[in-house]
Amino acid sequence: MPTVSVKRDLLFEALGQKYTDEEFDELCFEFGLELDEITSEKEILSREQGDEKAEGASDVVLYKIDVPANRYDLLCLEGLVRGLQVFKEKLEAPRYKRVSPTASVRPHAVAAVLRNITFTQERYESFIELQEKLHQNICRKRTLVAIGTHDLDTISGPFTYTAKPPGDIRFKPLNQSKEYTAAELMSHYKTDSHLRHYLHIMENEPLYPIIYDSNGIVLSMPPIINGDHSKISLNTKNIFIECTATDLTKAKITLDMIVTMFSEYCDEPFTVEEAEVVYPDGRLCVYPELAYRTETLSGDFINKRVGINESAESIAQLLTRMCLRSEVSGEGDLIQVEIPPTRADVIHACDIMEDAAIAYGFNNIFRSTPRTYTVANQLPLNKLTELLRQDLAAAGFTEALTFALCSQEDIADKLRKNIVETRAVHISNPKTAEFQVVRTCLLPGLLKTLAANRKMPLPLKLFEISDVVLKDETKDVGARNNRRLCAVYYNKSPGFEVIHGLLDRVMQLLDVKPGRNQGYHIQAAEDSTFFPGRCAEIFSCGKSIGHLGVLHPDVISRFELTMPCSAIDIDIEPFL
Amino acid sequence: MLICSDWMLSPRFTADVTSCPFPRPSQGDSSMADTGLLESLLRLLETVDDGTDSQDVAADLGVDHQVIVGAVKSLQALGEVISTEQKSSKHWELTGEGREIAEQGSHEARVFNAIPDEGLPQNELMKMPSGKVGFSKAMSNKWIRLDKAHEGGPRVFKTVETIEDTVRDKLQLVQKGQSAKLEDKEKNDLKKRKLLSEVTVKSYWITKGSSFSTTITKQETELTPEMIASGIWKEKTFKPYNFEAMGVAADCGHLHPLMKVRTQFRQIFLEMGFTEMPTNNFIESSFWNFDSLFQPQQHPARDQHDTFFISDPALAHEFPQDYLERVKKVHSEGGYGSQGYKYDWKIEEAQKNLLRTHTTAVSARMLYKLAQQKFTPVKYFSIDRVFRNETLDATHLAEFHQIEGVVADYGLTLGNLMGVLHQFFTKLGITKLRFKPAYNPYTEPSMEVFSYHEGLKKWVEVGNSGVFRPEMLLPMGLPEGVSVIAWGLSLERPTMIKYGINNIRELVGHKVNLQMVYDSPICRLDS
Repeated sequence: MPTVSVKRDLLFEALGQKYTDEEFDELCFEFGLELDEITSEKEILSREQGDEKAEGASDVVLYKIDVPANRYDLLCLEGLVRGLQVFKEKLEAPRYKRVSPTASVRPHAVAAVLRNITFTQERYESFIELQEKLHQNICRKRTLVAIGTHDLDTISGPFTYTAKPPGDIRFKPLNQSKEYTAAELMSHYKTDSHLRHYLHIMENEPLYPIIYDSNGIVLSMPPIINGDHSKISLNTKNIFIECTATDLTKAKITLDMIVTMFSEYCDEPFTVEEAEVVYPDGRLCVYPELAYRTETLSGDFINKRVGINESAESIAQLLTRMCLRSEVSGEGDLIQVEIPPTRADVIHACDIMEDAAIAYGFNNIFRSTPRTYTVANQLPLNKLTELLRQDLAAAGFTEALTFALCSQEDIADKLRKNIVETRAVHISNPKTAEFQVVRTCLLPGLLKTLAANRKMPLPLKLFEISDVVLKDETKDVGARNNRRLCAVYYNKSPGFEVIHGLLDRVMQLLDVKPGRNQGYHIQAAEDSTFFPGRCAEIFSCGKSIGHLGVLHPDVISRFELTMPCSAIDIDIEPFL
Repeated sequence: MLICSDWMLSPRFTADVTSCPFPRPSQGDSSMADTGLLESLLRLLETVDDGTDSQDVAADLGVDHQVIVGAVKSLQALGEVISTEQKSSKHWELTGEGREIAEQGSHEARVFNAIPDEGLPQNELMKMPSGKVGFSKAMSNKWIRLDKAHEGGPRVFKTVETIEDTVRDKLQLVQKGQSAKLEDKEKNDLKKRKLLSEVTVKSYWITKGSSFSTTITKQETELTPEMIASGIWKEKTFKPYNFEAMGVAADCGHLHPLMKVRTQFRQIFLEMGFTEMPTNNFIESSFWNFDSLFQPQQHPARDQHDTFFISDPALAHEFPQDYLERVKKVHSEGGYGSQGYKYDWKIEEAQKNLLRTHTTAVSARMLYKLAQQKFTPVKYFSIDRVFRNETLDATHLAEFHQIEGVVADYGLTLGNLMGVLHQFFTKLGITKLRFKPAYNPYTEPSMEVFSYHEGLKKWVEVGNSGVFRPEMLLPMGLPEGVSVIAWGLSLERPTMIKYGINNIRELVGHKVNLQMVYDSPICRLDS
């Protein structure tokens, strides 16, 4: 969830009202925001870098507000204030206008111009901050969209968006004192704490995208850096905004967001100058789209989905408070809802329904029990597991709960097995070795539990009934879970008879009698995890279901244990 | 998800039971001191009216003090024969080296005495056991001098005729129990030289008890079958039990606390008429985990940073083809009244296998299955593991258990969702609920559930909920009027609160503290 940090006093000034922290928190809650933290630059600095560094930093109160990930229109002070003011019915949602073009660019980009804008220090900071927030969120760290803003008075159109080999691009980048080639820049920014995160987007491309003006001046090399020549400042009057993208829909939304938020400060507020984009195939598009869309839905639909009983008129009023200007159409209870360009998150009637519910107040909705009649059923596998767990504890064994993810070593080397034979599912992006594979047996987890509890009095008797995962080509995903029962006995003597006794008890619980054919029996077997001559395979109704035995001394030492240990591991799915 | 440390209950497992000097008597109680000594002690006590110190008793009876302490404890066990008060006193004692000096003289005196009038070569003197220490001390006392230039090597000569070995004298005083004659400074100097040590002695001040007697009647420890048969128990007195002691730990196994809580949640869902979903499939395709839920392919949750992807088997095959086409269309073009996300949807992205990030992937499979039959209302639940490739801390692990509830029926409202949540949380003992609008890609509306925490005096998040989007349900083939409401929460968090555990690793995984498992109480969520 993105967090927007705003100065409290500035916010209250813009809202035209002072709130206590509690009152503002409450307002946020209703609107679906969260007042995450009340702090100041000084406090943040002192927390992150110590009191000394914080000396002299501003102690202006900052509100950190969590904004839902789909509400790009609330990512800056301007948008937040507009949203809240309309919600509180103190302001009508503005209409965003597009006026005739003067500039033209070529191809694969969208652009717009904000004419005669007036920046103050705060507005300027907010403008920069919004671009950063958009880059981090909808632009997916600049991979989908990259924004460039320029002082239009320093450059002259038409602008050309093209691509060149990195060696052929040469310009003075933003806030640098000399010119670099693109190739030099890529290595220069490798150590830049901010920009190095974006280098990978271009790094292996043969051609880099670049935007020139009609005099060959570089505006920007998206998505990495702008040119220094056209940089904006507090005194900039006319701003040229370009968004280059791999996702055109997101580029249009991003551009709409910037211009709707900051056209507020133009001489003619909420007015944006359009830009023509000429594609290589000659197609001509005009941006920003600033598209308004109208949806028609019935009051009944809203009432039925939310569980309220409001007139169409009052629903229209609720929606208007959410920046969705709505009117009753006069035909039955139909409501015409206008979705402004700021609300790209509204893509279906259900989104409108949610806004009506928010404006009505979630906590004012009557809570009613649905009359859905159903009969409960347990999953047979889980029912069996629950019953067995109870009785294993009654048999004196303590339940462990171990991780499903582990290292390759845990399920292979440490158990004296070959990883290929384990049929293990491998994880492609583990951050550490603990998450290399999904376990193929429960034994390593139990042995690690023993190792972590060596100081406890002996004997230690542990069990777990849980899932392991094995590759299985017959499944759509190529793997399946398998419910297994595993138990260990750890003491000064191996206690094979204790584990064998547990098998007898489990079989008794499952109502399987000892015997070769219809019953269960064990039979000497060789398994590298177990001590030679101390391992048996378990058969039930003629089918192998697992092993029991005394663990191999190497297995014991590899799990950092010192005492003999016997173990049983069986598949319980055949008993369903 | 946030867990406030001050929300945690105080540690429940203060296993530190009031320690008590005796266990309850058991067979063959060997702690009883011999009767002769006990009676001697009692006779001695008879002669003194205001009591005596156990150390004096030891001196009088000529036995070690520890033996008397044992006798006192035995007498205490007999009831009110004696009464005692514990005392501790400090006294000075010679160390091993101190005793040697008291006997043989200080190192410096021994060095002095070893030097004949014609002197002694220094290297020879140094070979004496006391040589090194004695030489430097004797030098600083100016008892001896060293002639470095002496022919045949450095040689040591006496400088005085006679000496007074004060160190030995002082130690002998202490040995005789007259340490009071020494000044504190003197004692501390000797302590620094490791010749003296100050020891604390715990002793008893013993006085006659209310049922004082000089004879001991041996008390029986336990009732035996023979006593019952012969009736002799009627004439016996029995040693009193110490009811302060703990009993012998029951020999039993234990269920894991997280699993105990899981059992309770399962029970609650079953009581509410919910059917358990088959969640025994940790490996899932991106298609069921994300695409079917209308979660766009560029969504941050689908990042390597958030999700564990599978390298082997890397891809899923066999999707319901018609359904897959409908999912592709609703993402890339919209439909069913939706604008869609308008991007290039790729099958390659949907095929990627992963460790499921939520059990909602199973809910999607179940709802798709439901849509393939004539619709009947359903209530589903599951509690099972999910996996996230996130940053780990005291409350976050790479795997945790998700609790999920789903209801599908015609005409369900947001008010119904709140009503079901109210019933569910009431069963957990939580009655004060309120809801905050939230965002979730597959539910609209989405609500975070907050409950009022009496301890913290504030609202805390306890779960997430919402109504599944039509873009998820309609491509599955569910009828238009059917709404599906759902909610989820983690199993670990309520368990940590319930059992007062601050670090999730002490609860889940192999680093668990088994003592905690042994000691954890039964789980009743509503009390």
